[in-house]
Amino acid sequence: MAEVLVLAELNPAGNGSGGAGVRKTTLEALTAARALGEPSAVVVAAPGTAAGVKDALAEYGAAIVYVAESDDVDGFLVAPKAEVLAQLVNEKSPAAVVIPSSPEGKEVAARLAVKTGSGFLTDVTEIAADGTATQVAFAGQTIVHSKVTTGTPIYTLRGNSVTPEPAPAAGAEQPVSVTLSDQARQARVVDRVVEQKSSRPELTEASIVVSGGRGVASAENFSIIEALADSLGAAVGASRAAVDSGFYPHSFQVGQTGKTVSPQLYIAVGISGAIQHRAGMQTSKTIVAINKDPEAPIFELADFGVIGDLNTVVPAATEQITARK
Amino acid sequence: MNIVVLVKQVPDSGSERKLDSADNTVARATADNVINEMDEYAIEEALTVKEAQGGEVTVLTVGPDSATDAIRKALSMGADKAVHVVDDALHGSDALQTSAVLAAALQQLEYDLVLMGAEATDSQMSVMPALLSERLGIPQLSGARKLTVEGTTAKIERQTDGGYWAVEAPLPAIVSTWDTINEPRYPSFKGIMAAKKKPVETKSLADLGVDPGTVGLANASTQVLDFAGRPPKGEGVKVTDEGDGAEKLVGYLAEQKIV
Ligand SMILES: Cc1cc2nc3c(=O)[nH]c(=O)nc-3n(C[C@H](O)[C@H](O)[C@H](O)COP(=O)(O)OP(=O)(O)OC[C@H]3O[C@@H](n4cnc5c(N)ncnc54)[C@H](O)[C@@H]3O)c2cc1C
Ligand SMILES: Nc1ncnc2c1ncn2[C@@H]1O[C@H](COP(=O)(O)O)[C@@H](O)[C@H]1O
Repeated sequence: MAEVLVLAELNPAGNGSGGAGVRKTTLEALTAARALGEPSAVVVAAPGTAAGVKDALAEYGAAIVYVAESDDVDGFLVAPKAEVLAQLVNEKSPAAVVIPSSPEGKEVAARLAVKTGSGFLTDVTEIAADGTATQVAFAGQTIVHSKVTTGTPIYTLRGNSVTPEPAPAAGAEQPVSVTLSDQARQARVVDRVVEQKSSRPELTEASIVVSGGRGVASAENFSIIEALADSLGAAVGASRAAVDSGFYPHSFQVGQTGKTVSPQLYIAVGISGAIQHRAGMQTSKTIVAINKDPEAPIFELADFGVIGDLNTVVPAATEQITARK
Repeated sequence: MNIVVLVKQVPDSGSERKLDSADNTVARATADNVINEMDEYAIEEALTVKEAQGGEVTVLTVGPDSATDAIRKALSMGADKAVHVVDDALHGSDALQTSAVLAAALQQLEYDLVLMGAEATDSQMSVMPALLSERLGIPQLSGARKLTVEGTTAKIERQTDGGYWAVEAPLPAIVSTWDTINEPRYPSFKGIMAAKKKPVETKSLADLGVDPGTVGLANASTQVLDFAGRPPKGEGVKVTDEGDGAEKLVGYLAEQKIV
């Protein structure tokens, strides 16, 4: 069977959700890659990383785990990963390359495309056996089918579009020797700073997201959004208006210029539903809206809407959900 | 300090956007076109660096005739001059091809910094910094929420989930900016008037030495096969809170087996 390279996206050390250091997006990419052939995982990371992630990669279908470990590949931005992948594409002539669609993943795909003279498609939500990809354009309003027509097709897979399914494979480790070019050693990562440590699930991976908008009215009042989220084991999100008003940090913004989420359940609280907000949440499976304005456009999307004051509805709902446990 | 800012004209993200069923490309001619909002932050950042360190800000765009409006906007904010690459052969080019054209145009300019928005709101790819870095062999400092230029080094804070990475590289470098980096200025009346007299150089593919047979829809490395509108969502349930809103909501979540 044809080989398909899958770039493993890993959690920073010590943050092992979704398998020992492997991000859920990687398991999704391995699952999606199986439509095209037999996946091989590629680990490009600091020394000593692969040992902890190999089993999870094998469990989700990696017949081979290529391991390119060095302090160099970890110390420079994006370019080393693309260089390792390009080397493997040249050596193995895979049928395709699948990469999780994070900001870094998309940039790796772009560099790899130039290096290998291949077409690339970003943010795909589905890959068919013939290589046709599904993409969602224009704030989720248009569904597009596309194909790569040149070179080795490169896809970046949008998170939460595919359900990871185990398919145990050998996961045979193969070391890859890396000698980075000078060009890959230009943008040096000198520090990685975590500003918000949250015990809540990661926004893009959460199966439930509760988002607050301008209607929440203050930073303090976001505590009622957080309480509802915690009663559901959910991540917290925010609209741009809420972020711009200083109610909640930017890294939680959902929408066109924020995160794209696609959870099982999205609860929009005090959010009007502007097209740019919809862009980030429209593909959620079930959408619930709480808004005091019956004409708010978010209700057009909602499977269940409550017209009412969030300050009474949300705390009461939180209380009832907690009581059911 | 010579700074080139890349700007792209895009269909307004707040209006209805479409693909053209004739050839599956973005319907630009009928769209409500504006400068890509994210590029305004790059222009602002370029002007800030220029104001601190001196130099010249050149705007570069690849796009149809109408993209002149995006150029004027950038010039009215305070950029000094512009280069507009326009050629009918470009219609339907994908990101990979556009990056080759931008790289060719950049090679005819002098620059220490190339600034651009972190994403174009029409394609939402966020790949141009990486593509250009690869083609030009200069470092990418992408996704910045902060930029500092010190001597011959550029440093950014690259925005990440819940924090940032401090990344630095020697000049010349490519920097892309998010909307968290600054507050773009509004063009003043004086700026708008002055923009009308600023030089805008138009270049064709021939001027750049780019073979028209490598760009455009027919030569793209990706192809849109078909597209369709998202099927409309079925009518949802809407209740008005009369003291029982929370109860009904939790009842719905229970029905969905969520609680
Ligand atoms: C290029 C561009 C990119 C953008 N990117 C994004 C993005 O990534 N994400 C994003 O979210 N937006 C984005 N926007 C902004 C977007 O257009 C909207 O301005 C924004 O989404 C509005 O946020 P909001 O719904 O919280 O605020 P508003 O539109 O002000 O809505 C607040 C809602 O709260 C309701 N409300 C008020 N008080 C209460 C109460 N007590 N109880 C119940 N309901 C109440 C009101 O009825 C109203 O519907 C972008 C805009 C542009 C131009
Ligand atoms: N045709 C173009 N002309 C000039 N700049 C562009 C063009 N396409 C993209 N860019 C720049 O690249 C940035 C990122 O675009 P993208 O990678 O397509 O999301 C944009 O914000 C622009 O600054």
